[in-house]
Amino acid sequence: MKRQYAGTDPLAGDFYTRQFEKDRGEHTLVVNMGPQHPSTHGVLRIVIEIDGEYILRADPVLGYLHRMQEKMGEVQTWGQYIPNMGRVDYGHPLAWNWAYVGAVEKLMGIQVPERAEYIRVITCELNRLTSHLLWWGAYILDLGAFTPIMYSFDDREMLLDILQRPTASRLTYGYFRVGGVRKDLDDRCIEMIKAFIPRFRSRLPMYKDLVTDNIILRKRVEDIGIIDRDMCRRYGCSGPVLRGAGEPYDLRRCEPYSIYDRFDFEIPTEETACSAGRYLVRMAEMEQSLRIIEQAVEGLAHAEGGHIMPKAPKPSMKPPKGEAYFAVEGARGKVGVYAVSEGKKVPYRIKLRSPSYSNLHAFAEAAQGTLLADAVATLGSLDLIIPEIDR
Amino acid sequence: MMNAIDVHMLIRLIIAVVAAMAWVGINALVLVYCERKFAGHIQRRPGPFEVGPHGILQPLADGLKLMGKQLFRPAGADAFLFWLAPMLSLLPVLLLFLPIPYGPMLTAMNVSLGILLILAFSSLNVLALLLAGWSSNNKWGILGAARAVSQSVAYEIPLLLSVLAVTFMTGSFNLSAISTSQGAWPWQWNLMAQPLAFFIYLVSAFGETNRAPFDLAEAESELTAGFHTEYSSMGFGLFFMAEYAYMVVVCSVCTVLFLGGFRGPVADGWWWFLAKTYALLFLMIWVRWTYPRVRFDQLLNINWKWLLPLAVFNLLATAFVMKL
Repeated sequence: MKRQYAGTDPLAGDFYTRQFEKDRGEHTLVVNMGPQHPSTHGVLRIVIEIDGEYILRADPVLGYLHRMQEKMGEVQTWGQYIPNMGRVDYGHPLAWNWAYVGAVEKLMGIQVPERAEYIRVITCELNRLTSHLLWWGAYILDLGAFTPIMYSFDDREMLLDILQRPTASRLTYGYFRVGGVRKDLDDRCIEMIKAFIPRFRSRLPMYKDLVTDNIILRKRVEDIGIIDRDMCRRYGCSGPVLRGAGEPYDLRRCEPYSIYDRFDFEIPTEETACSAGRYLVRMAEMEQSLRIIEQAVEGLAHAEGGHIMPKAPKPSMKPPKGEAYFAVEGARGKVGVYAVSEGKKVPYRIKLRSPSYSNLHAFAEAAQGTLLADAVATLGSLDLIIPEIDR
Repeated sequence: MMNAIDVHMLIRLIIAVVAAMAWVGINALVLVYCERKFAGHIQRRPGPFEVGPHGILQPLADGLKLMGKQLFRPAGADAFLFWLAPMLSLLPVLLLFLPIPYGPMLTAMNVSLGILLILAFSSLNVLALLLAGWSSNNKWGILGAARAVSQSVAYEIPLLLSVLAVTFMTGSFNLSAISTSQGAWPWQWNLMAQPLAFFIYLVSAFGETNRAPFDLAEAESELTAGFHTEYSSMGFGLFFMAEYAYMVVVCSVCTVLFLGGFRGPVADGWWWFLAKTYALLFLMIWVRWTYPRVRFDQLLNINWKWLLPLAVFNLLATAFVMKL
């Protein structure tokens, strides 16, 4: 039997394509962007209806990387769950580490030693830099320039070398513990951080000159993929997407957790609400992260306490009955963990609030009426991490 | 009855086409190596380094790997057109090398309408891209093909007009004549008399050869691989070779038209020709590894709103000056 193809055969395509095809216009084409598409960075799938190259409708299809992270929380002990937090968002895993241990600490009423807080800030900000560098390189790659990612990975490599010393890992960190962190920052690590800061400061203007100010890049990202305040509010966008819309909402400043109130740094915002705005916000954030790290390294020298509290809870800890929500500012936005304890070794429920999930859904509206190439530029500017969307 | 001169011409043509094939093959190998090495150094890495000293045998290894792969045709693809397309993209290129004067005595066929021959046959490439995209029964392929057609059609016009401006000055379509009409020193080249035409030609050349920042037909981050999404093995290999061959052709023609061809300050010859051509090729590689891709409407806007009016203006100005 001769096989028929999508559009003529009612059985062609899967459930989502068939549902999507129902509302298809007369002279349009429905294409699947993903799950194996070079610019969806993983297994995100977006069904798109295009007229010529103009996008009429877009619909993200999720679930290709669903790993039941939340269910796993209900079958592992409180301590065993920490490594999972390194795998939800491979871009900025320490934010997830922090959100989780923060929630557990809140449940148990633990006060973390000052030194541990400083170490958390330093490593988390370093990790934010690696995340933004990864995004930057990959985003420019989406826009068709191959070279910048090599330069960004050059810097990222140094950061990974630094983070590798205390965390013993280069990508999926499980470094934080309830009551502190796993290992202290040694002298060599501090030296490396101190050497990295001036080097990276001198690299940022180079990135600006070579890439950000390039006219082709500017024309590709400016006024593309408008996500304004109202849209952000409706979809629950946070992080650089929200700050790119002009809203200076940053948990480190708005709901200061840990010791962030001690540092002097700015919350960069852009009023343009387009891809360029989000791009510039992230570039400016890298500079601010450097400022925080610089101050934190100074503060670390005379911080009190150890890297973990004495008699820290064991992995088999039993937090008292109750529930707690703890949110931190991740590289992509508000990272929240909601934990419910019934006083047992195993959590009753863990709920993960991931910023990528909310940010992604603004895409369908932002992409409407734009060109296919603009959709790529918009999608990239949201800085999505797929395992974080599907969890 | 064939007389002796016809036989002589036929043998000459066959030898020339075979030589052109070899030339395309060698250039593809050299350019692949150059491109990868050059890209490597731009990106702060050594580039290919494992196969042979400094990775010099890498293109051969690449070629072998490509040939060893399965030739795959997707279900629902039009078999005849699907396989015709890669051949159609490479075969016309061989003819393009015939009228190019590499040296004072080194021209395969000294045709009086050489430049016209090149422009005519190079347009066939569009047909190949369209066929490839359409016959592979792939939506991304169709999009890539549509882009390729509108892009090539658009950029051919300013290219043609800039070439015409040069032929106005020389009064000949013969590439040898155009070469010899220019002096030995850079300031005697057409580049000095026609800087605008040179610029337009160069930009259009990027568009014609589908090279970054105008590589929209195969924009891998948008269209997966555009028109050659479904091609594997040497099906893809032929497109690849054709792309490099077209690069060599447009750079060779540019050398002849604007950079004095084989003329040089000392000792005219093919070495000057090669040096200039490769300098232009390096420029193309350099641009590819430096710039992001433009968007499709921007690409067409650059052409219709800037290049075309400029080219027309340049042509009229040239005609006016020549008449004076």
